[in-house]
Amino acid sequence: MSSVTSGRRGPDVRSDLWVELELRTSGGIDLTIKSKVDFMYGESNRKLVLDTLKTLGVEHARVTIEDTGALPFVIMARLEAALRRANGQSGSGGQGSEGSGRNPRTPEPPNPAACLPPPGPSFALPTARDRWRRSRLYLPGNEPKFMLNARIHKPDAVILDLEDSVPPVDKDAALLVVRNALYALDFGDCERMVRINQLPAGLAEVDALVPAGVNVILIPKCESAEQVREVDARISSALSSFANRQSSFDTYLMPIIETCEGMFKAREIAGASPRVVALTYGLEDYILDLGGVKTPAGLESLWARSQVVNAAKAAGVQAIDTVFADVDDMEALRASCRAAKELGFEGKGCIHPRQVEVVNDEFMPSPVEIEKAQRIVQAFREAQAEGRNVVCVGSKMIDPPVVERALRTLERAEGSRVQGSTGSGQNPRTQEPQDPS
Amino acid sequence: MDLVKNAAGRLVPTEVNGRPAVPFQGVGKYRPAGRKACPPVPTCLDYPDDGNKLVPDLRTGLEKAGIRSGMTISTHHHFRDGDTLSLQLFDLCAEMGLKDLVWYPSAAFPCHAPITKHLDSGVIHHIEGSLNGPLGDYCTQGKMRGLGVLRSHGGRAQAIQDGEVHIDIAVIAAPTADQFGNANAVHGKSACGVLGYADADLTYADRTIVVTDNLVPFPAIPIQLSGTHVDMVVRQDNIGDPKKIVSGTTQITRSPDRLYIAELTAKFIRDSGIMRDGFSFQAGAGGISLAFALYLADMMKQAGVKASWLHGGSTRYLVKMLEDGITPVLIDGQAFDLDAVRSIGVNRGHIDTSPLVSYNFHAKGNYINLLDAAVLSATEVDANFNANVVTHSDGRLRHGIGGWQNCMHARCTILAIPAMRDRMPVIVDEVTTLCAPGELVDVIVTELGIAINPLRQDLLDALKGKGLPVRTIEDIKAEVERTCGVPSRPKHSDKVVAVVKWIDGTVLDSVYQVPT
Repeated sequence: MSSVTSGRRGPDVRSDLWVELELRTSGGIDLTIKSKVDFMYGESNRKLVLDTLKTLGVEHARVTIEDTGALPFVIMARLEAALRRANGQSGSGGQGSEGSGRNPRTPEPPNPAACLPPPGPSFALPTARDRWRRSRLYLPGNEPKFMLNARIHKPDAVILDLEDSVPPVDKDAALLVVRNALYALDFGDCERMVRINQLPAGLAEVDALVPAGVNVILIPKCESAEQVREVDARISSALSSFANRQSSFDTYLMPIIETCEGMFKAREIAGASPRVVALTYGLEDYILDLGGVKTPAGLESLWARSQVVNAAKAAGVQAIDTVFADVDDMEALRASCRAAKELGFEGKGCIHPRQVEVVNDEFMPSPVEIEKAQRIVQAFREAQAEGRNVVCVGSKMIDPPVVERALRTLERAEGSRVQGSTGSGQNPRTQEPQDPS
Repeated sequence: MDLVKNAAGRLVPTEVNGRPAVPFQGVGKYRPAGRKACPPVPTCLDYPDDGNKLVPDLRTGLEKAGIRSGMTISTHHHFRDGDTLSLQLFDLCAEMGLKDLVWYPSAAFPCHAPITKHLDSGVIHHIEGSLNGPLGDYCTQGKMRGLGVLRSHGGRAQAIQDGEVHIDIAVIAAPTADQFGNANAVHGKSACGVLGYADADLTYADRTIVVTDNLVPFPAIPIQLSGTHVDMVVRQDNIGDPKKIVSGTTQITRSPDRLYIAELTAKFIRDSGIMRDGFSFQAGAGGISLAFALYLADMMKQAGVKASWLHGGSTRYLVKMLEDGITPVLIDGQAFDLDAVRSIGVNRGHIDTSPLVSYNFHAKGNYINLLDAAVLSATEVDANFNANVVTHSDGRLRHGIGGWQNCMHARCTILAIPAMRDRMPVIVDEVTTLCAPGELVDVIVTELGIAINPLRQDLLDALKGKGLPVRTIEDIKAEVERTCGVPSRPKHSDKVVAVVKWIDGTVLDSVYQVPT
């Protein structure tokens, strides 16, 4: 008999579970658990594993587990991944079957029903189209330990990543971790984003993510409006398949442009679906495609960056800057944020929690900007009250777009306070999770 | 073994290693009586007229000191994980056929794992000192013949001073010494900065042997340890590796969540008003404490605030504060890295201290009581703020107490800790081992928010409207349990393998044998 494995183990692994599963035709469940938290959760873990196997339809199997303090949602995801691998299916992810070690002599596989954790405080909280997206924190999809406390660093959004940070052999397992995290974890005030894999593999992932209440799906290496519409259709179908969903809940899109072809299609991509709320780009792949050299000054990508901003604004969606790679250089990050803001970007990606504060800070209107905006708006109101068409601050005449921009700045400044002060429980949940299968 | 319930409600033995022991009576309730210990009166008649106390080697020194089975031998831990002298010492004792010795180190480290063979063979009867790593496992598995006695740095000095522990022979590694026995840790290839942990040993031991790898002409200045207390001097090639001073607990954390805790702790100090001109604080070893000092230094610079003194264990971060002029004085009990070692040699404001002076509770005051704030770690805290620092929730001994208990008497004691480690809750129903009574723990800073002891209404008031995430400890504990699940309590045997002393020498709690 051969077996399959899922999850991770080793001296550097923490808060994860490694499982080896061998399906059998008789003999019940032969379960061995080695756990560093055995003295605290030995009994409850054993029960959770047996219950999960039962829900998954496994009656006879040898199951060996090494646990480094995995939370229940991780335990469930790892077991489900193992079973899907045993079945020769790679979950909904579609790319992981090469790592599954499927054995054709495996006994008749049980039907892999999903086994979902109970919904936590963030489950299916809706978001808003025009929500502020200054910072979005990337979290590797197969690393549950980074997800647990992501909210304390106060990014506007978390991105659970299924693409570049997940090795090909673990795509299937990562999808289940991400799906279960969306159900179970407290993400506080953060909008919950997921970067799916490149199409077509990413399409099947949508089916698992939408019922888990993902707010925004990022489409990597997007090159055409058609791709956006494909994901849109998949979302609509997934949303409609569970009718009890709150009507206010919707799933949005943020395409990521990472190729020269994509750059030329930016405007069409941004306007391809009403679900698109923001447009962003990826620099490394774009420069590779371009054949240019990445420099600190960034002249090689100036056209692309401006193209993204113009396309986004023309389509009436947000323009969001890419990530900044040097996690130790906060001053360079600050400068990069300023340059992006000057081009018209409204936010930036973060690859480390320490970057969040700087990014949030830089994309917030500065005190100087707020004060200037207040003066302009006040002058505008005075002019209105006096029936004048011409607005002046000091000796300078102010054009209507400047007033408009000042009003937007003040809205932002106000919005940041409101956004920052609301608790995560602002949307009382009345929904039970829907089975996505 | 008779166990009685002490004032903290913990079961403790009334006799420890053959001597009566006083159960903990409550914070500030126990008053010592009697006179301090006194070593025998020496006379110059017994020492060389020319002051040359050199003996050929350590074995000769031990023999001349009259070593015999059953004696108590002390060493210090200024080399931390780079100590080699203690290992050489007990290898020699084994060669000499000695048995049933008591090792009284000021702390033990992973490098001391080979000591277990001397426990097995009977050369060492038991250890009174911090027990962690392999020695901690040895003790919690019930293999040690005597009880482990865990004391704070101050408690160790106090036990020597009060005569509770009688040191027969102190063996002191000295990076620089002269033939008379004057010594310092500032010079020499093995410079480790300070030698304060040997101070009580030197003062009260019957016999003292200084072992150096850098013998210099009289006088070895600066004189950190005075040869007036020294019986013999040994010169040998190797006493320890100062490069290994930097052990795991003296490196800054890279975990984003722990950096967040460190920053939040600094914000607490700033926004509670503790950070003001002339204030003082101690930030010990431990990744979060080290990062805290960095954040606080930034905040002090921004606000233009200067401290009047800091208390170490010193690190390059505290040294930088001294050299940047953020504090004029750094009082230092031990150097945690080589920057600190360098600094004590060159900075006039960087001065050495000893636990007898800084931490001793049976004294006419001590430095730590004057501190405005101390930032510490812990392995567990309960809803009444009782804290544990020696065992993990599985009951195994993992850490020494260090200066941790002593710092409980700072004006504001802050535990900067994650609310959970992996899936193990740190905020628990009941601490596995009680090391500090909750009434002395003022604040707990976690990634899930700040909990302030309800006894400190002044701090609660000071933080109102400051925008910091202040929550009740029950609230944080409930969140931890929502995330991790409610843990079941691990079972331990009834066999006591070690005791935890409080800073006044009374017995605060027992450590029990844990199945292997």
